[in-house]
Amino acid sequence: MSTFWNILIIACTVIILAGSWWLLFATRKVKVTGKPGSEDEPQTTGHVYDGIEEYDNPLPSWWFNMFVLTIIFAVIYLILYPGLGSFKGVLGWTQVGQWEQEVKAAEEKYAPLYNKYLSMPVEEVIADTAALKMGGRLYANNCSVCHGTDGRGAFGFPNLTDNDWLYGGTAADIKATLVNGRKGNMPAWGNVIGEDGINAVTEYVFSMSGRDHDATAAEKGKTIYGQFCAACHGPDGKGMTAIGAPNLADGIWLYGGSPEQVRHTLRNGRNGVMPAQKDLLQEGKIHLLTAYVYQLSKNN
Amino acid sequence: MSALDQDQTTKKSEDTNQEEVVRVLNLYETREKIHIRRLPGFFRTLKRWTWIPVLALFVALPWINIDGRQSVWFDLSTRQFHIFNLTFWPQDFMLLAGFLIICAYALFTITVLVGRVWCGFGCFQTIWTMIFIALEEIFEGNRSQRIKLDKAPWTWNKIWRKTLKHTSWVLVAFWTAFTFVGYFNPIREFSADLLSFTANPAALFWTALFTGLTYLNAGKLREQVCLYMCPYARFQSVMFDSDTMIVSYDYNRGEPRGARKRGADHKLEGKGDCIDCEFCVQVCPTGIDIRDGLQYECISCGLCVDACNDVMDKMEYPRGLVRFTTEHVLEGGKTKIFRPRLIGYGLVLTIMVAAFNYAVFSRTPLEVDVIRDRNVLYRQTNEGLTENIYTLKINNMDNRDHRYAISVTGDVDFDYIGETEVSVSEGNIETLIVRLHADPGIMRRTNADVYFVVQSLDKVEVRAEEESRFLGPRVR
Repeated sequence: MSTFWNILIIACTVIILAGSWWLLFATRKVKVTGKPGSEDEPQTTGHVYDGIEEYDNPLPSWWFNMFVLTIIFAVIYLILYPGLGSFKGVLGWTQVGQWEQEVKAAEEKYAPLYNKYLSMPVEEVIADTAALKMGGRLYANNCSVCHGTDGRGAFGFPNLTDNDWLYGGTAADIKATLVNGRKGNMPAWGNVIGEDGINAVTEYVFSMSGRDHDATAAEKGKTIYGQFCAACHGPDGKGMTAIGAPNLADGIWLYGGSPEQVRHTLRNGRNGVMPAQKDLLQEGKIHLLTAYVYQLSKNN
Repeated sequence: MSALDQDQTTKKSEDTNQEEVVRVLNLYETREKIHIRRLPGFFRTLKRWTWIPVLALFVALPWINIDGRQSVWFDLSTRQFHIFNLTFWPQDFMLLAGFLIICAYALFTITVLVGRVWCGFGCFQTIWTMIFIALEEIFEGNRSQRIKLDKAPWTWNKIWRKTLKHTSWVLVAFWTAFTFVGYFNPIREFSADLLSFTANPAALFWTALFTGLTYLNAGKLREQVCLYMCPYARFQSVMFDSDTMIVSYDYNRGEPRGARKRGADHKLEGKGDCIDCEFCVQVCPTGIDIRDGLQYECISCGLCVDACNDVMDKMEYPRGLVRFTTEHVLEGGKTKIFRPRLIGYGLVLTIMVAAFNYAVFSRTPLEVDVIRDRNVLYRQTNEGLTENIYTLKINNMDNRDHRYAISVTGDVDFDYIGETEVSVSEGNIETLIVRLHADPGIMRRTNADVYFVVQSLDKVEVRAEEESRFLGPRVR
């Protein structure tokens, strides 16, 4: 806030408060004028407008006192809390501070609950329906935005309910993925193997999962595959969980399984990012999420 | 007064040399406590038949249990509002609005017919004020004794009387607050918690607050609530007409008022029937003089009617110098009861009550919410089908458990993948995540209407249908 606005707001606030105070006390009493003793002496407040006379019907004094109290309240409030220009208030209250306080209180309140599950191995946690309900809610809040409310993923976001795990499907693997995140990188091969090479490799990859393919092109693709792809995806195409290279032989296509989509993947590469949750979620929450994700595929 | 006004005043006084400030009026005044005189009579007895049932109902209702549950219980924690056998949910909020509108209309209808009798006989402000005044009478005596005691110096007599009075007020206020909180916090548990000092702080806070407010309202503020806070007093005149029954003083018969010897022929003295005893003023709970005519302060309690009839009896005059009557009668005419305004109010009220009853008793105790997945617009399965994900929330609002069948209809043939039957216990919400598959070839547009039908397997009329959308790719 610039000095000008700061001063303007402070001035407006103070003038309005002082003005209200003055107005209250200045209009508390009225002087009735007239000719004393004569018959014309007004019996009302003497205030006439358009033939309407104002009678003397005083308000109760607690009404007046309440007006005064609101002004006193305003002054005390402005001293204690932010409000008067950029003055922070003597209590040092902030919205962020209050939010942090509430978060801290909630964390303290729920810590025993999380700690209880934290001390249990994931295999035991999944037997606890209450824990899974909590995990489900955490999932809905934090994960469903990419992986879908049902966990079946979307284009580029892995399905969590099948048994195909890019980085391994043990509880420890899932937890590691959640805590530290993952970066999957498929390099672009378009300039290396050329358009013919891409077509050939696509046909070969299709042959791995038994899809319709052109056998001659696939034969040619096999050589290129052995040269460039097998290092990560393995000679038999079963992938490598250590670096998250997908299994190409299981008929699951993270970036779409149509010939054109596969060619696009080969030509331009793909980058998949699973964000690390360790700074976003507490340990207890990650543990429950691990359990929830772990049991998703167990049901299938 | 501003300087400008003062200038004009001075100028005026110079002009005429006569006008000057005659007095200074304070626009605020400290309220003088009204000590009402208790005089027996028909309306005071009648009041007993309104405040005793209202009070008894208020105090006793939360203690009555139906099927092991408090009969009237506004359970804020689960957001379920139990009124006898009915349970209302936040979804029924419109009904509350309807109920309040009906209450307001009923009040208006009664007002057109008989004026502000609600104020005098039914309003909690009046009832609690009367209870507090009755306690005041027990400890401080009748009107003149109370006035004397207030003026008296602080002697032991005054101290113990005042202490007992305020103690009794606080006790009544506490019981009121305790009962009120008991409508929200099961009263049996709450009373046990109070006795064992384990009541939860929120309940204690509200009990303390309502104790304080009841004490202030009925002990201190009393008629000022009617005069300065209640909006009803201010717009009653809109509903009044010359055929509305109001407490009125028969001006023609009473005037000119004046004291007289008993037995003397006041007519010869040129006096009316009013002996100017001011009993009607002394009994008035709002401290007005009914002989000044209809005033917004009048709560139609009829106590001045009682007082005046009592005096008329003693004077051996006919009763009814102050009575419930209409402006038309006072002017020598006849009251016309059935007038368009009243018939209109009555008709609207009847229709609204009928519609409200229909709405309450035709509610389906089942609510289905369908949330289409917000993040994944649609998916294509490996088989080339279009897949949409939905979250179904099935809320069983009935007082018993149900098993429901879930099915889907729509523009297109959908494959429903998910649970087809689900059990939901009484008052609970079950969340299901289901999927729909459709062949993109048969979808004519990129979207289609889909209806989820949830049907109770054990009660035919419990059925709900909820619309949603199915989205797919553009078919080229």
